[in-house]
Amino acid sequence: MTTMTPPTPSSGTATAAGANAASVRRPAAWRDLFALTKPRVMSLVIFTGLCGLIAAPERIHPVLAFTAILCIAVGAGGAAALNQWWEADIDAGMKRTAKRPLPQGRLDRTTARDFALVLCSGSVFLMGFAIGWLPAAILAISIVYYAVIYTIWLKPRTPQNIVIGGGAGAFPPLIGWVAATGHITAMPLVLFAIIFFWTPPHFWALALFVKSDYAKVGIPMMPVVAGEKSTRRQIMAYAVLLLPLSVAPWLIGGTGLLYGASALVLSLVFLALSIRVGVRTRGEEDRMKPEKQLFAYSVLYLFALFAALVLDRFIVIGT
Amino acid sequence: MAENDAKNSPSEPFSADPQAFETIRRSRNRVLGLGLAAFVVLVFFISIAKMS
Repeated sequence: MTTMTPPTPSSGTATAAGANAASVRRPAAWRDLFALTKPRVMSLVIFTGLCGLIAAPERIHPVLAFTAILCIAVGAGGAAALNQWWEADIDAGMKRTAKRPLPQGRLDRTTARDFALVLCSGSVFLMGFAIGWLPAAILAISIVYYAVIYTIWLKPRTPQNIVIGGGAGAFPPLIGWVAATGHITAMPLVLFAIIFFWTPPHFWALALFVKSDYAKVGIPMMPVVAGEKSTRRQIMAYAVLLLPLSVAPWLIGGTGLLYGASALVLSLVFLALSIRVGVRTRGEEDRMKPEKQLFAYSVLYLFALFAALVLDRFIVIGT
Repeated sequence: MAENDAKNSPSEPFSADPQAFETIRRSRNRVLGLGLAAFVVLVFFISIAKMS
């Protein structure tokens, strides 16, 4: 890993900022190091990992449960930092990401890379020592999957990057479940599949209204490469697949009716919003309201679905 | 979710003031120290939890 070099900055902003940073050698501020871990994305990772751990049929000591979630969060933060280290020049060219510490020159790349590697290796070893080597191995796979397979290899090469990258975000509930039980069963794999199939419509809804940004930096996002019409059709297709998958935990007997009914209602709304996005075409001066609504709802959907999973477990335990 | 990433970055002005650098360094070292202390305490509690 240490011999790998990220792409040469192609943006004037990044180059100028980097040179400025190098000449004055500004020390790395903890806030900038913290920002490298993408804390807002991490909140969803922590939530789904915690849900996987709580929904599992076995209980572990609260200190070990806390450690497992901490390791998932730190591992995700390390992978996010590796992602920003590699993509600093791309981030500089996009309005959404240009204010991150690396494109602005508030951090140098070596510090960012070393910080990321410490977080990644530390989280895997702590998970192995405290919880077990199976969840530690899955955590390591998830980090490599996101930082290497997705960020370095597939993202700049294929418009299917988001489909494959969805796997990275799907790992936390699987790791949480395996941390609690020590083994892999059908239920955590279904939870993995739910997030895997949720990711494309979530990100493509975003990509539809920030398309120009991705096109500018040459990332082959689906709307840029295949066009809007194809992207909208695929959003609908994934929403259709997500419907039976989301109720699968109830169908296979892993949860009760509370989860099953919640998943059905939430997924039907998701499907309705996806169809609205799928059948429309962008007009003149279009503010992309349906796409923005689908993106916002997709975040709420995942939170609500996993919250229902946990509530269902508590109700089963309570009865 | 991804839309919010940019908001994570603090937008403090870029300054070459040595005093500002010292403040940044001290603040970072304090956070690192606290983090390491928390890590040691956590390892202690993990050991207790694994023995119980």
